[in-house]
Amino acid sequence: MTNPTIFVPKPDREAPAQAKGFLHWLKHHVFNGWFNSALALSLIAIIVLTVPQVIQWAFIKATWVGDSANCKTSPDGACWSFIAAKFRVLMVGVYPAAESWRGIVGALVLAILIITTITNHLKGKVLIVAWLLLPVFGYWIIGGGFGLNEVDQSSWGGLMLSVLLALVGIIVSIPLGIVLALGRFSGSPITKSLCIGFIETVRGVPLITILFMSSVMMPLFLPPGFIIDNMLRIQTGMIFFSAAYVAEVVRGGLQALPKGQFEAASSLGINYPKTLYLIVLPQALRHVLPPLIGRCISMFKNTSLVIIVGLLDFLGMIKSASLDSEWLGFETEAYVFGAVVYFSICYSLSRYGAHLEKSDPVLQK
Amino acid sequence: MKILVSQIKQSFNNISVSGLVGQMFVLGLIFYGSYFLLLTTQENLTARGIDSGFKFLNSEAGLPISDSLIEYSPAKSYGTAFLVGILNTLFVSFIAIIFATILGVIVGVGRTSKNWVISKVSAFFVETLRNIPLLLTLLFIYTVALGTLPRAKTPFNPIEGVFLSRRGLYLPDPIAHDGFGLVVAAFFAAIAIAYFFTKWAKKLQIRTGRALPKTLISLLVIIVLPLLVFFILGKPMSLEYAELKGFNFVGGIVLKPEFSALLLGLILYTAAYIGENVRSGLQSVPAGQIEAARALRVPKSVIIRKVLLPQALRVTIPATTNDYTSLVKNSSLAVAIGYPDMVSIGGTIIGQNGQAIEIIAMWMAVYMTINLIISALMNWLNSRVQIVER
Repeated sequence: MTNPTIFVPKPDREAPAQAKGFLHWLKHHVFNGWFNSALALSLIAIIVLTVPQVIQWAFIKATWVGDSANCKTSPDGACWSFIAAKFRVLMVGVYPAAESWRGIVGALVLAILIITTITNHLKGKVLIVAWLLLPVFGYWIIGGGFGLNEVDQSSWGGLMLSVLLALVGIIVSIPLGIVLALGRFSGSPITKSLCIGFIETVRGVPLITILFMSSVMMPLFLPPGFIIDNMLRIQTGMIFFSAAYVAEVVRGGLQALPKGQFEAASSLGINYPKTLYLIVLPQALRHVLPPLIGRCISMFKNTSLVIIVGLLDFLGMIKSASLDSEWLGFETEAYVFGAVVYFSICYSLSRYGAHLEKSDPVLQK
Repeated sequence: MKILVSQIKQSFNNISVSGLVGQMFVLGLIFYGSYFLLLTTQENLTARGIDSGFKFLNSEAGLPISDSLIEYSPAKSYGTAFLVGILNTLFVSFIAIIFATILGVIVGVGRTSKNWVISKVSAFFVETLRNIPLLLTLLFIYTVALGTLPRAKTPFNPIEGVFLSRRGLYLPDPIAHDGFGLVVAAFFAAIAIAYFFTKWAKKLQIRTGRALPKTLISLLVIIVLPLLVFFILGKPMSLEYAELKGFNFVGGIVLKPEFSALLLGLILYTAAYIGENVRSGLQSVPAGQIEAARALRVPKSVIIRKVLLPQALRVTIPATTNDYTSLVKNSSLAVAIGYPDMVSIGGTIIGQNGQAIEIIAMWMAVYMTINLIISALMNWLNSRVQIVER
């Protein structure tokens, strides 16, 4: 008897020569159709004309060390030594030089917290408590008291102030936003209309009017002798502003919960606070994590508006550095540096949000 | 699946057994709080010698405003000055919305393009602008980009009557002569004709199945009829050119640098957001829909109009409504580059007489009214393009 023939498939044939390789890709992904080809070609032309010039300006002909006289000798190149000379001011503003280490410590603590959060070393209640304590720590390490020298709030500035305003704003506004969102669903008409009224009013007006309100109007409401620093007033305004938007985000998460969750909890006789704490919020907040990160990005971008009410945050320092009489004519470098810093922070945050959305199976529909 | 609102209501009622007492307590607290605030505010106002009420709106403003759509001089009242601000806010927002929509659609469609170069360039545009604060973009355009323009003495003069310099963009001012009203009348008549023609053509299509090129014919009528009247009447319009006199230009229409920078910044920033809405709208349409239409040999233009757009727009329009209201609110950044919008003029008034409460209340009222109008218009548009689900 002969052995039964076993089916052995032939190896796959290679794709025909016209359907692979760089030329094929070029034909289907760059020159597909006359309109796309023309558009792609003109875009390529623009890139070829501008990008080398930008590289020349930013790197090849740039001045990296020296003072403004050195920069004037190479007018076609960027003057990065200007940024180097102003670096401290851009980062911490007019914060006393002897205390600058506190800004660095604050940044290190923040970095450690971020890294342990991203790598999942910090979980559950510890994670939440650590982040909730961050505003207190931030104000202590920068402002002083309890063993540290006090530093007046008027001398806080630079990127440090931007990050502090944004972080404290978003962290404090999240619990506030959750309360507002729950208040929207409240059975009490007074609570409900108060919450809706607050959320819709704040969302209906620009942040600048809120900032003007905290900076100009709030002192009128306070009893004489009761003085809050301008910076703290603006921080309060930003918290309220952010809380209204967080409330809308949280509302979306609450509405996305299946009502069976709620029914199951009440049929088991679990009371309302426990239902919220153990069942509703953990699920709702998981849903809204990516949009909350979007709120963090907006918050950080929004801190730039505080220059209009007289605080010197990162953008304020960029603007005032570019007006320094010793370094006149380097506005471009200042703004480009600012744009790069803002972009790196916001873009990494948005990538992290997208990563969370992709990696969480609950968020996959 | 959503939580029933009543479900939550019920549980709230369960915990607050004596709910009524609780509510009365909250109400009392609010009343007491407001009363206390009112008292301290009044005390503070008298201590600082600040008036209250809206009487100041009638008194002489004495503040100069560089850009105004209506007749204005510092001798006019504060009310007029504030109105100038409102109109400037509306004007810049309106123009910015139109151009941001056009650019946003181009970028959004570009990002979904199969063409690698086009989609990457669109993505670069969107990501860059979305991740940099608008205020930085505005200051960059105002100080750096406009700073590269030539000086007023040696303007860039591409065609006759158009001058581009650091003082702004000067364009010829069209001046209407007798009979130009007829051209305008012809324009409106053409719109009416196009409207009734489209209605009639639709009826014809329903009755007989014959489809006329409605859009093309309407457009032709709207363009050709006014032009025809214009030439028959012997061109009743002339152009007034801007002229360089001394250090500045005289005459013509001018787009000042502050206005241009604000407009450009708002357009670019909002276009990036609208582009994202357009992209997510287009990507929300299942590929099977387009494939099915192509399998039925529906022409490409009809696929876009009847299959793709109605399904994409229901995702795009609500998100874009939010971006339009944000644009109006963002126009308040004008204060940072010195364009006299409502916030910038109001801020100056606060500086002069200290009546912050009144001005801030007026700002809030105007912004909320504008936003309500935009939301209402967009909801109407959404209901028009919404596909009827059966």
